[in-house]
Amino acid sequence: MSFDDEGVCDGVETGGLIAAMSEQVWKGRRPGVPLRLIGVRARGVPLAERLARDVSGSEQAAVVGAVDITLYRDDLDQANRWPVLRGTEIPFDVDGADIVLVDDVLFTGRTIRAAINAICDLGRPSRIRLAVLVDRGCRELPIQPDIVGLHLRIDRRDRVQVRLRPIDPVDEIVQIPAAPRLSQS
Amino acid sequence: MLGLEELSREEILAILDTAESFAEISNRSRKKVPALQGRIVFNLFFENSTRTRTSFSLAAKRLSADTQDFTASVSSLSKGETFIDTAKNIEAMGADVMVVRHPTPGAPHLLSQHVSSSIINAGDGAHEHPTQGLLDLMTIRKAKGRIEGLTVGLVGDIAHSRVARSNIWGLLKLGAKVILCGPPTLVPKAMERLGCEVAYRLEDVLPRCDVVNVLRIQFERQQGGMFPSVGEYSQFYMMNQERVRMAKPDLLLLAPGPINRGVELTPEVADGPHSAILDQVKNGLAVRMAVLYLLSGKLDARSPAAE
Repeated sequence: MSFDDEGVCDGVETGGLIAAMSEQVWKGRRPGVPLRLIGVRARGVPLAERLARDVSGSEQAAVVGAVDITLYRDDLDQANRWPVLRGTEIPFDVDGADIVLVDDVLFTGRTIRAAINAICDLGRPSRIRLAVLVDRGCRELPIQPDIVGLHLRIDRRDRVQVRLRPIDPVDEIVQIPAAPRLSQS
Repeated sequence: MLGLEELSREEILAILDTAESFAEISNRSRKKVPALQGRIVFNLFFENSTRTRTSFSLAAKRLSADTQDFTASVSSLSKGETFIDTAKNIEAMGADVMVVRHPTPGAPHLLSQHVSSSIINAGDGAHEHPTQGLLDLMTIRKAKGRIEGLTVGLVGDIAHSRVARSNIWGLLKLGAKVILCGPPTLVPKAMERLGCEVAYRLEDVLPRCDVVNVLRIQFERQQGGMFPSVGEYSQFYMMNQERVRMAKPDLLLLAPGPINRGVELTPEVADGPHSAILDQVKNGLAVRMAVLYLLSGKLDARSPAAE
């Protein structure tokens, strides 16, 4: 965290949010239909893996996949560098599945739209729910999450950074102001 | 994408990494993604080709681009229109990418100075065939897990082969050792200057090779008399079972196609366990998807080294 960043949640608090989300994921599942989680690369994947552990234990209980939305973006023209593809890996049949789509931050909704398109290209799920750790508002598309860890209402120019183990050394949620603020010394 | 000579090691690796991600799409039951929706890819082929043109068309379609084939023999070129005017007309129709094959070396380079669409060289005379070079690199890297430190033999008609040149640039940049082997008339000694070893006896070279890429005799580019007879060429340079046995047990055998069975390699070897010929075709699709995708961004995407 740099001098100007604002810590929103530390590791313990972030862990608490994830545990509460996991409970909702499992509570809302359809009886008799296997639960499948798909994380949006990059940080949606470790989050999905943690949500996949059922409430009672630490074992990974639901099958987890990963979706890379790069090829489904609507802003190839605006990309200012070569896009890096990280690959979609869905180790289960999407047809008829009860899917929870998982991402770390929900902002404009465009990433989720792309992820839903990518999943529907692989088959026809019976249902897709959306779980996000942080809903920071400022949507540009009519997309609403079903399961939310934390609601933030912040300026659209500000950024929210979620750090999650094992991709990052710690779990935390940080708000990064768009313009550097003057120190009050 | 005019040639591998112009690309850096990092750019080549970035294309190969992207291509490996695209390979997954070909394994899906619905083999299509919307990445290039609304883009137009023109295939301008001024020379015969089935494999490369089909591969580019399919690659563009898998990315949801619109494709249009342009065949020189039935075009206004036969009425006297110039190559550049033809391309300008095609650009005016909205082409985002032009895939160009031309018998004259440098033709795609010339075109790139006159139109602003992205140009992909799909083979210019005996100069370069960069996507073939890339798919060979991808096939080697997938089979061997690396390219650095490998010894790759290019066998046959090196002098007239654009595939050879693209292979040489790509392999050397990625740290492989390249041995060129064939009759002296088809492997000029001067090619040593590119950084390759030149050899004339296949038997001397085979035991050192991890990969052998068997190039086609370019009968259509020869003025004749480059070697006494096809039979004699086969006697000295055809990959047969006996020669495969001289090589390392895990030899990887490539051939860019179309293969002339019984000239450059025997049917048993072409269809044998060392052959990766069909993997090359499969990887060619992934490489062309990657190149089309990477070039379809705006100007910034055309100069990744600037990042």
